[in-house]
Amino acid sequence: MKRGPKETEEGARRMSRRAILLGTAQLGLVGILGARMGTLQVDQADEFRMLAEENRINIGLIPPARGLVYDSNGVVLADNEQHYTITMTREGAGDVDEVLARLNRIVPIAPEQLEKARTELKERSPFVPVTVAQRISWEDVARVTVNAPALPGVVAELGRSRIYPQGADMAHVVGYVGPVSDYDLSRIEDQDPLLQIPRFQIGKTMVENRLERELRGSAGTKRIEVNAAGRVMRELDRQEGTPGADVQLTVDARLQNYIQARLDGESAAAVVIDVTNGDIKGIGSAPTYDPNVFVRGISVALWDELNEREIETRLHRRPLAAKTVQGTYPPGSTFKMVTALAALEDGVVTADETVRCVGHSEVFDVRFHCWRRSGHGNMNLNESLKQSCDVYYYEISQRVGIDKIAAMGRKLGLGERHDLPMSAIRSGIMPDKEWKREARDEEWRVGDTVNASIGQGYVATSPLQLAVMTARIATGRAVKPRLVRSIDGVEQPSGAGESLGLNENNLRRIRRAMFDVSNNSRGTAYRARIAEERFKMAGKTGTSQVRAIARDENGNVITRNSDLPWEARDHALYVAFAPAENPKYAVAIVVEHGGGGSTAAAPIARDILLQAQYEGTPPLSAYPSAVRGQIAEQQRRLSPLIRDIQPGRTTEET
Amino acid sequence: MSYLEYQVKYVPSGFRKLLHLNWPIIFLITAVSGFGFLMLFSVAGGSMTPWVTPQVQRFGLGLSVMLFMAMVPIWFWRNMAVVAYVISLVLLVAVDFVGIERNGSQRWLDLGPMDLQPSELMKIALIMLLAAYYDWLPLNKVSKPLWIIVPLLFIAAPAYLVLSQPDLGTTILLVSGGGAIMFLAGVHWAYFATVIAGAVGLVTAVFQSRGTAWQILKDYQYRRIDTFIDPTQDPLGAGYHITQAKIALGSGGWTGRGFMQGTQSRLNFLPEKHTDFIFTTLAEEFGFVGAFGLLILYTLIIIFCVMSAISNKDRFASLVTMGVAVTFFLFFAVNMAMVMGLAPVVGVPLPLVSYGGSAMLVLMVAFGLMQSAHVHKPR
Repeated sequence: MKRGPKETEEGARRMSRRAILLGTAQLGLVGILGARMGTLQVDQADEFRMLAEENRINIGLIPPARGLVYDSNGVVLADNEQHYTITMTREGAGDVDEVLARLNRIVPIAPEQLEKARTELKERSPFVPVTVAQRISWEDVARVTVNAPALPGVVAELGRSRIYPQGADMAHVVGYVGPVSDYDLSRIEDQDPLLQIPRFQIGKTMVENRLERELRGSAGTKRIEVNAAGRVMRELDRQEGTPGADVQLTVDARLQNYIQARLDGESAAAVVIDVTNGDIKGIGSAPTYDPNVFVRGISVALWDELNEREIETRLHRRPLAAKTVQGTYPPGSTFKMVTALAALEDGVVTADETVRCVGHSEVFDVRFHCWRRSGHGNMNLNESLKQSCDVYYYEISQRVGIDKIAAMGRKLGLGERHDLPMSAIRSGIMPDKEWKREARDEEWRVGDTVNASIGQGYVATSPLQLAVMTARIATGRAVKPRLVRSIDGVEQPSGAGESLGLNENNLRRIRRAMFDVSNNSRGTAYRARIAEERFKMAGKTGTSQVRAIARDENGNVITRNSDLPWEARDHALYVAFAPAENPKYAVAIVVEHGGGGSTAAAPIARDILLQAQYEGTPPLSAYPSAVRGQIAEQQRRLSPLIRDIQPGRTTEET
Repeated sequence: MSYLEYQVKYVPSGFRKLLHLNWPIIFLITAVSGFGFLMLFSVAGGSMTPWVTPQVQRFGLGLSVMLFMAMVPIWFWRNMAVVAYVISLVLLVAVDFVGIERNGSQRWLDLGPMDLQPSELMKIALIMLLAAYYDWLPLNKVSKPLWIIVPLLFIAAPAYLVLSQPDLGTTILLVSGGGAIMFLAGVHWAYFATVIAGAVGLVTAVFQSRGTAWQILKDYQYRRIDTFIDPTQDPLGAGYHITQAKIALGSGGWTGRGFMQGTQSRLNFLPEKHTDFIFTTLAEEFGFVGAFGLLILYTLIIIFCVMSAISNKDRFASLVTMGVAVTFFLFFAVNMAMVMGLAPVVGVPLPLVSYGGSAMLVLMVAFGLMQSAHVHKPR
């Protein structure tokens, strides 16, 4: 279309005007953009720089190495083992199934573990390493490394885990560790961020649990750069944490090994205390278990077995319980020293005064029997302990009264919760009048005193308490048991204790009677004596009833334990100290349903005390000649269970 | 004045045309594209692949296309306007039926060796058609209602098709670009005032009615609008990207964190870091100096275009040049406003810098038109 020049001029002018207007408007908008840039990049730069740093930097925790646990000679009881773990990432592998199949051909992996890994690989982000196999041997790691080109995304990583080189021997002392559970988190007030690490291992029972704070150490930190998806790009810097403190126990691993071997097959507990300082040299409980299975992840079948799911309750032998502190038993005749000392100290009886035993005693028309139905005849203190006459104690206990007996019992460590770093320690019961009013809402009766005088009735003691009692009788001091010798090299206070303030003559008479129990031909433990002059022991047998009098189908009273089913038999107890002249060790043995203390418990105490005093297997000459053949046979039987434990070195499990 | 009245002897011919090219613009385009190569190299983690090499090739191709178009007289392009528009419209309709869908929108046609985005072609075709229309239309009819309806339809048809793809960014560019040409052609103020007043009134009504009995939209639609306008209300969804983009920009500071040292882009905190959000990487690594420098380069391109348009006595040439300038301006202004959190995220690339073949070629075609207009202006 043709236009006149005038129209063209006009159009061009209007357009230039509007073009300039539009151009100016655009410049204005550019100005706004520039201003915004200035605000973001100049004014708020610091703030955004910080946000960018927060974006990219994560703080990671470095778990500290857990403190080791040693025995009194430097033998490692709880160690940190380096082990290899095979991990795999989805993005690295590409074809997950194919690579897993190849890996399985090189390193056999349990089918359930394989399935678990496969599921996890599917669910996790592609770059998250998933554990495929744990505790891989060095040979397998080498094979994986050699085949690396065929195994994309597969990496062998070095990890640390707890191992208990002494296996089952120390389970009831050291305990075990396991991954933090939700239950643990809800129970402990600990704010340690380490606990938030998945599968971080903490002590679950015993020393591992009670000394958790000391053993754990504190976390180190590392700053790592991550990308938007959370993938770790690199480590920027790290600050190492403090490893956990090493703990040295008073326990002697070799003695402990012997104790566990000697108790093997029984349901029993044994405690050995060094009376000079309260150190617990051995504290065994049978049956036991291998704590390593808990660290590695216990199978359901084994868990059920350890909890005796398939077994009737009355037949339970409780392998998971440390009977030394968690089991309480009527002390039986081992309590007679308490009754005797209470009466002697109170002056209601003298050592030479005699009481006539006719096999029973009448207390308000109730007849209390002596274990020997035919009676012991005239009994003084020494004879009554030596032959374990019950009637004597029925008589003197009524003279002195329960409150004084209980006070003496507490003085000797009964009814007290000796606080060792062990789990679920029980205080037992040292009953008196007040206790019965509170616990049973009943008045104390004389019959109760009579029952208590021979360690029956309400009295309940743990093997540890009996050992402490024996140590205190042997020394006359308030020996305090000690399980931890040092933490991080710092010596813990000695348990030697102050004098109990008892009359030394009375104590001597009691010790003399205990010596006779074991070394006088009429003593109840004479057959289990020690022949070696230097190491002779003084002790006291105990047989505590766990049932009312049993009768057979014809209505006759059964007196022979061997005629009864296991769970109805008496508990066998024995407490002793040695050497009798200058005591070093006190020991307490409880064999559940073992029968008589003299036959089931005393020989164990003898063997353990000899083992402790010889610091190894005693020669046969230490035994009376009559039993040497039997002992030789026993030593042969036990030898596969005795490991060669070298002081200050780790030992391999046999 | 139409080409018949040109004194053809004054128009350069042959290789002499090269001397009359608008060389500053060519230098500026190359500089900006160079900036783009640098950034694509950086976001690829210091590698020519996968983005730099194809981008350089497309730039080379685009530069050839631009020079070729510049050699062709502007009146030829004016005669091609209707053809270009019709072809683009047909392709846009075709996209609706046989287009390829990516990320939930159907924008591409599969042409064997390459994918074509007809909406990009339409940006240029629309400018050409409107410029040709107003070149043809007598000045006294420009503001007559009947003659307003026609260009509005020209704009509305492709705008509707593009919006239904959906592609809000391109729709905004088409409508604003078309409106700008109508404004430049001399359509009366009152129309623009009415449209703006109407739009403001509608938006006000929509928002004022919220929560009242006569509420115009549904609640969920309001919530969508809320997050569209202010993505920070949805910090883990749409807001996440814009927050990360602002962090990247801000942490750049005055001089930036250094070439290939930007943690936000290197660690993948930025979305679409090689396309729509590439400006954030540039700002993070080169700081305010780099970002503002790019803004100045862009502004200079606009200024040279406006100067060329004003000095051109040919109405079509002048309108096309301004149309190219406005489209180019809208590209970078919307993109920058978007990544700086000033405007909603609508998906507009940063011109000549973002990775993408269609956008690069279309921009070079646009500058080819502008150069043709410049070379062949009446003297």
